Amino acid sequence: MANTLPKEENIEVAGQTQIKPMTMNFGPQHPAAHGVLRLVLEMEGEIVERSDPHIGLLHRGTEKLIEYKTYTQATPYFDRLDYVAPMNQEHAFALGVEKLLGITPPPRAQYIRVLFSELGRILNHILNITTFALDVGAITPALWGFEEREKGMEFYERASGARLHANYFRPGGVARDIPVGMAEDMMEWIENLPKAIGDLETLLSDNRIFKQRTVDIGVATKEEALDWGFTGPMLRGSGIAWDLRKSQPYEVYEELNFDIPVGKTGDCYARYLVRVAEMYESIKIMKQCLNKLPEGPVKVNDYKVSPPPRAEMKDSMEALIHHFKLYTEGFHVPAGETYTAVEAPKGEFGVYLVSDGTNKPYRCHIRAPGFAHLQALDYISKGHMLADVVSNIGSMDVVFGEIDR
Amino acid sequence: MSTNESLIDVAEHVAESLGGAIVSHEIIKDEVILTAQASEISRVLQFLRDDIECQFKMLISICGVDYPEREKRFDVVYNLLSLTQNNRMRVKLHVTEDELVPTATKIFSTAGWFEREAWDMYGIYFDGHTDLRRILTDYGFEGHPLRKDFPLTGHVELRYDEEQRRVVYEPVHLTQDFRTFDYLSPWEGMTDIQLPGDEKSGTSLHGWKESDKSVKGAK
Repeated sequence: MANTLPKEENIEVAGQTQIKPMTMNFGPQHPAAHGVLRLVLEMEGEIVERSDPHIGLLHRGTEKLIEYKTYTQATPYFDRLDYVAPMNQEHAFALGVEKLLGITPPPRAQYIRVLFSELGRILNHILNITTFALDVGAITPALWGFEEREKGMEFYERASGARLHANYFRPGGVARDIPVGMAEDMMEWIENLPKAIGDLETLLSDNRIFKQRTVDIGVATKEEALDWGFTGPMLRGSGIAWDLRKSQPYEVYEELNFDIPVGKTGDCYARYLVRVAEMYESIKIMKQCLNKLPEGPVKVNDYKVSPPPRAEMKDSMEALIHHFKLYTEGFHVPAGETYTAVEAPKGEFGVYLVSDGTNKPYRCHIRAPGFAHLQALDYISKGHMLADVVSNIGSMDVVFGEIDR
Repeated sequence: MSTNESLIDVAEHVAESLGGAIVSHEIIKDEVILTAQASEISRVLQFLRDDIECQFKMLISICGVDYPEREKRFDVVYNLLSLTQNNRMRVKLHVTEDELVPTATKIFSTAGWFEREAWDMYGIYFDGHTDLRRILTDYGFEGHPLRKDFPLTGHVELRYDEEQRRVVYEPVHLTQDFRTFDYLSPWEGMTDIQLPGDEKSGTSLHGWKESDKSVKGAK
């Protein structure tokens, strides 16, 4: 909030001082901007008349780059979109490619994917709730939440070798099986997680200051939520029971037992409550996945798509050739197109994939939930105070990796 | 998810009701794709949103696709979602480089940024859009980066100039030539290319197979 540009001079009107309207720059280097958001706010005193988000400061041309990469090489780009829940993005891409290839990953791979998708959801919501609280003035939730989040990231690391950029979900399954003993450790962690989330709730849910900053702020009705293309907690916060995991189930979600929390008021507080409730549901899903986790392979048994095991390459020439071809040329995907979406923590994350039959996508459009949400910032912030814009941004859960792509 | 038949029903219902506005409809991979007249897109979207059998209340995204070899080089793709019918639909337009596409912002507010993005990335002009600025690229950027004839490396690069004490743009300089391989070799892969002898193998080339031995390359 560095420079303020005066528009008009002060005008004295009958003893009352009219406050001069001004244009205000918010960000791009501001802790409450959640990254590189630049907002140009037109203020009438303390009231926001219009907010114009300038995005694209983190634009890396992901869609263009993917057009020049094989399908295998394209997968890691999805980690770098919403870097708060990387595996959920890979999931959409893997499902899209699998749909075009006409393959289904083996059951164990599906369970592992759901397990890590839900882990991603918990990690995402912990980050969102705590930073949101930080934006509106509470620092303790962030200090407490990050500890649990870091423990969760360790599971990412143990499975994929990386805390963030996992490259773990591949078309045809997952990169490798989870290490021995991880399932038990994970179970132990999620057994204790409700207590940690409960601690966050005691700090926030009934907190007077937190409620003053969020209740009735940034309200979106059902109709508005649909009109602005809200998905995920933003849509459910407005009272619409819609979740792709229930309505258009993919992987093994159909076999799992969980509920979809729905908010009532459509304000920032409702979105916070939805996220908290979703974490408990995710814990339920993870427990079921761990209990049901079947034995078996974790990638399709087709060497045209997934690489052969290392041991087999030592004495099978054909396996060696397959490996070589997969990591140089990649696999060819039959011509066609698909729009495949998953319920990412922030909302509907979709990939519109056009294949022309070669080893590279012809077009890969990424539909990021945050893009649609941030667009509505102007609408839901109109008439609010400057400080409420911060609440709105926080409750939208924007991450610029996915918005700017 | 809806069955294939109900998808066909919806597609035919829309095609009948809108008459000439729909050029064709098809179903690929259980997804309905309508091709519409570009000039009629407002009417099509309005109908899809308000018709009781469609109720596509949510516009999921708008994007462009570039086919430089075609006369009408761009596809504009609208992805729609119906929460009540639990359906998805894709509406496609074929437009030339300088054809005007009527804006969808009056029907779906969320179209605003998606149209800005399509304008930024492809140069597709949306008629009636009140705020058609660039959105993702830099201030003062020239060109439309997702077009197939726009180089991956771009045209300019920027650096901080110590003497001028500001960021300067310069023509892009590659220390190594840009390399790209098309890999269109007739490796059987998962293409439709048939090698001599392929017809003899009865098993399909893809899909999960029950045996724990590998399909190909096992001992």
